[in-house]
Amino acid sequence: MRPVPLLIAALALMIPLSLLAGRVWIDPFAPETRHAAIIVMQLRLPRAVLALAVGGGLGAAGAAMQGYLRNPLADPGLFGIAPGAALGAVLSFWTGYAVGPYALPLFALAGAGGAMALLSLIAGREGGLALFTLAGLMIASLAGALMSLAISLSPTPFAMSEIVTWLMGALADRSWREVQIAAPLSMAGIALLAAAGRGLDALTLGEVAARSLGVDPRRLPALLIAGVGLTVGSGVAVAGIIGFVGLIVPHLVRPLTDRRPSSLIVPSALAGALLLLVADCLCRVLPLAGGELRLGIALSLIGAPFFLHLLLRMRRGLA
Amino acid sequence: MTGQALLEARAVSVAGRLDTVSAVLSPGQVTAICGPNGAGKSTLLACLGGLLTPDAGTVRLGEAALLSLPPRDRARAIGFLPQTPEIAWDVSVEVLVSLGRIPWAGAGGQGEAQGAIDEAIAAMDLAAFRHRPVSRLSGGERARALMARVLATRPGWLLADEPLANLDLAHAAALTARLGDQARDGRGVVLVLHDLAMAMNHADRVLVLDRGGLVADGPPGEALSPGVIAAVWGVAARWLGEPGARALSLGKGL
Repeated sequence: MRPVPLLIAALALMIPLSLLAGRVWIDPFAPETRHAAIIVMQLRLPRAVLALAVGGGLGAAGAAMQGYLRNPLADPGLFGIAPGAALGAVLSFWTGYAVGPYALPLFALAGAGGAMALLSLIAGREGGLALFTLAGLMIASLAGALMSLAISLSPTPFAMSEIVTWLMGALADRSWREVQIAAPLSMAGIALLAAAGRGLDALTLGEVAARSLGVDPRRLPALLIAGVGLTVGSGVAVAGIIGFVGLIVPHLVRPLTDRRPSSLIVPSALAGALLLLVADCLCRVLPLAGGELRLGIALSLIGAPFFLHLLLRMRRGLA
Repeated sequence: MTGQALLEARAVSVAGRLDTVSAVLSPGQVTAICGPNGAGKSTLLACLGGLLTPDAGTVRLGEAALLSLPPRDRARAIGFLPQTPEIAWDVSVEVLVSLGRIPWAGAGGQGEAQGAIDEAIAAMDLAAFRHRPVSRLSGGERARALMARVLATRPGWLLADEPLANLDLAHAAALTARLGDQARDGRGVVLVLHDLAMAMNHADRVLVLDRGGLVADGPPGEALSPGVIAAVWGVAARWLGEPGARALSLGKGL
């Protein structure tokens, strides 16, 4: 089965639909809706493109992480890059620089870069998988602790509420500026992860066999750190923390492929883009008192039970 | 191609594991590496495969120092089957075998790759399982599929670390016979073997290691003589039966 044409067809259907859906529904056959052009061009189109870029990056990062760690429960968050980026963003609120137009995403990207550098420093040189995972977890918990510290010491209650809201992750009120930041970085990251595909395939047979097949034990983790850093870092920089996409998407796509990690990366990027686009549309149209459902919350609400279902199924498989 | 070249260990040492081991291995032969646990068998094999850098000495493939070759060229010349049979994802046999073509990615045509995969599947008698997921293979079928993955590279040298572990008698004999065929075809075959009778009956040459040192090297009748077995394994033993179908009879410990 070929998932790519299927996913492209679904995207071709969903992208125009997403431009019409929202608080104000636009009827394409009766374009007398007031400000329809502005709504589509300045609000919904950037938001849709952002959903595609962020979702695509998260999907590809998840597929690559699962291939690298040879574990279907791996998630891009395990590297500590998302918490690193979030910490950067939190610091931009904390210091007050977030009011500047590019400050928040730049702070977040710097945070992601810091986490990537730390990870390569600790585990990048033939460190092996265990060290890699542990290093990622430590970076994640350190970034989490520093974030809590920043929140607890936040200079004003306003900054605190800004931080907390932002951390929930959303694509609301984003503009072409965020697209300019996230889309190229995410695309570059997906390209790096796709380039790692062959090495990930070899890793299916274990680290020793992978080396015997000519895989460079230093190049592969470097490609992975850079690819996950760019995709996840740019995603967090513009949308906050959006969990579970990287975990769920490769699972949904895997049965449609021949199960090699390399055959999963591009389809997972497309499926991640689709999932985020659809989820964001649903958040937008859901009639909720007090505003929109935050995308990050919505995905966690779907993702956590899904994860539980996976764990239970794996336990049955082991029994 | 470098496949026909000699594989040579020159005074190879790895601290605490291997002590100045030298041997020139020829293609067209099955060479068995034997020895008690901890003798350095897997370490020597890893050095010969270019997967471990010796602390002293060099491994040469033909004229070239093995470690100076680009990883991809080395991978094309030397196929390596690790001891632990790991397959992380539930791929089909055909996809598993196709992983052996990774060192050739971007070189040669699609037809050549498919030809090598088909040939490897046929050599390991896996045609009936071609599309079966590896999770539904028996232990013996899995071992053959993993070996087919190594063959699909079409390497000049085949190195396998205890390929017969976890195989029952019939499967072990069948796999050994197939590896013998590979040597007859001109490949160099190097196997770490625990089962001395397998080495005795199927190898053309045996290297015996003990505590990191090479203590015997020669045709199996010589290298696995009762004297060597007594000195290295510490058991009194004698060989029964005809050449090619010998069995080891163990006496009392020394």
